[in-house]
Amino acid sequence: MEVLRKIFQDKFAKAAFIVLAALYIVILFADFIAPYSNTYSNRSMAYAPPSKIYTIDERGKLSRPYTYNYKREYEPALMQTVFKQDRSKKYYIKPFVKAEGYKFLGLIPTHRHLFGVDKGGELYLLGTDINGRDVFSRLLFGGRISMTVGFLSLLIVFPIGLLYGGISGYFGGIIDTLMMRFAEATMAIPSFYLLIILAAILPSGMTSIQRFMLIIVILGLIGWAGFARVVRGMVLSIKNEDFVQAEKTIGASNMRIILKHILPQTTSYVIIAMTLSVPSYILAESGLSFLGLGIQQPDASWGNMLKEAQEFTNILYRPWLLTPGVLIFIAVLSFNLLGDAIRDVLDPKSQKRI
Amino acid sequence: MELLRYIAKRFLQVIPLLIIVSLISFFIIRLSPIDPLAELRLNPSISQETLDKEMKRLNLDKPIYVQYFSWAKSFIKGNLGYTSAGEKVSTKLKERIPNTLLLTTIVIFMTWAVGIPLGILAAIKKETALDRLLTVVSSIGMAIPSFFFAILMLIFAVKTGWFPVGGLTSYNFNEMGLLGKIADISKHLVLPVIVLFTISLSGLQRQMRANMLEVLDSDYVKFARAKGLSEGKVIFKHALRNAINPMITLLGFEFAGLLSGAALTEYVFQYPGLGRLILEAVMKSDINLVMASLMMGTIMLIAGNLIADILLMITDPRLRGRS
Repeated sequence: MEVLRKIFQDKFAKAAFIVLAALYIVILFADFIAPYSNTYSNRSMAYAPPSKIYTIDERGKLSRPYTYNYKREYEPALMQTVFKQDRSKKYYIKPFVKAEGYKFLGLIPTHRHLFGVDKGGELYLLGTDINGRDVFSRLLFGGRISMTVGFLSLLIVFPIGLLYGGISGYFGGIIDTLMMRFAEATMAIPSFYLLIILAAILPSGMTSIQRFMLIIVILGLIGWAGFARVVRGMVLSIKNEDFVQAEKTIGASNMRIILKHILPQTTSYVIIAMTLSVPSYILAESGLSFLGLGIQQPDASWGNMLKEAQEFTNILYRPWLLTPGVLIFIAVLSFNLLGDAIRDVLDPKSQKRI
Repeated sequence: MELLRYIAKRFLQVIPLLIIVSLISFFIIRLSPIDPLAELRLNPSISQETLDKEMKRLNLDKPIYVQYFSWAKSFIKGNLGYTSAGEKVSTKLKERIPNTLLLTTIVIFMTWAVGIPLGILAAIKKETALDRLLTVVSSIGMAIPSFFFAILMLIFAVKTGWFPVGGLTSYNFNEMGLLGKIADISKHLVLPVIVLFTISLSGLQRQMRANMLEVLDSDYVKFARAKGLSEGKVIFKHALRNAINPMITLLGFEFAGLLSGAALTEYVFQYPGLGRLILEAVMKSDINLVMASLMMGTIMLIAGNLIADILLMITDPRLRGRS
């Protein structure tokens, strides 16, 4: 608790924590908050711009927020279809409207969404994509993948890294040399090259869950070596301490010494390394998906939503398609700021540096 | 003499590393169910003769360990096989590697030229408004995904029309004079360099600041100050030389990061570098090309680390006595 209080003394860390907490709450309740589902698609409304929301009606009076639907019209002068507001009918934005059904938190079936418009109305807060899907809703669902992939990869990286580094450092000698050479070799391959190759050899025809799992495993396979090396360095110095010698004399097994006595000593480093490495996994996943090698359509992730921004006409005339990039930026920035603050508090060596 | 011995020793250490890397990459790629010659077979312009030659070079009908050895043997000889389009892999690599090296070298030079002074400045002016500003700016620089930043730069290029929107050369490149060619390439390099520079600058500046602060806190700097040396002398003669050594080790890592970061940037800018080559190869499951560019990327990375180590050996006299 003392540690947490110290971390939050840093203004930036506090703000970052609030932002991250808000993001995670929003993606947890994505089904409820998003006006549309992940798979909703209105083919006649591809690339519709964001719905304009008005709070003042045509007589200049304050009104409940309302919006108009878009209709597509062919403009002969411009030789292209343009979106025009259909001013014939107002749609009021109401709380707790009934729309597509879903299971609240995956348990309770319901039709209520946090906000929305009545039947027949369309509310695209951040416009739509090529398939007429609501970008705002997909951002929330995409966040579920982009914001969890980092943590799930850590669940693979850390056990492997700890055990590998622990064994290598504890036994030393030839085992250490061999294990470290192997770790160095995996580090010598440019990580992004390895990443895309691993992603590309994934067999096609997997379900999206399987693919998601494998992406996590692949991201994990990239990061373990660097971590293992640092753990090994720490174990090398810890293993000569008296308490380890004492354990040996009373006949504890090697595995027990490593797991129960040496590795727990590295906890603060592990926490620091964890928070500092989450952003790199978020970036790696988004990069992979951006290239089309990560999370596949129709699932959303911030990276694969940005794939559409590869086209010139999109980035010039449909800037709302760039919003996933802004969210990646915000998430990574917040994790970095929080990580910095945690490091300053937990790592006594860096404390005097700030 | 000692330096030469060290260099030789480091070179010898590289060999087992390369062998392990080649084993890892070879088996990863062979684990996939992709037939390495499938793309070649589909290309009608490739003769049966070439196919047979490839079959023989890779020993595809033999067990996998034999395949590895024949692949390794031909790799050492410089025979890298053919791409699925029927070109020689080696010519393709010769075309692309210099471009990636050009991009990364420029970026490294620029980040050092700007990042080191900024790091020193932040350390000297610790906890002032300037230091805070630099911290905020570097946090932002570290958080922008390279491809997203590249896209933003593309929008900038299209809207202003000041810069070409991709590639390395204009369509009429061959008709230009030497100066025109240099100007053309520089113009194409500006945006990719800005993207990679911004992203790697932040990390470098922070690291330099941290090193400098640590050194400024050490006893010998305190002693130098106590002797009554001027602040400039303390910082530039005593502190800086010690703070910069860890940075040289980082140079190798920076190179690694740039190779990876460059892949996405190259992709967005359609820059003809190694990163985009391997990406295209992966997408087309062009096994020969993937394997060769993966090895070349690794060799470049190892070479980068090697150069960093040798530089460190030259600048840090403490290391020389030890080995």
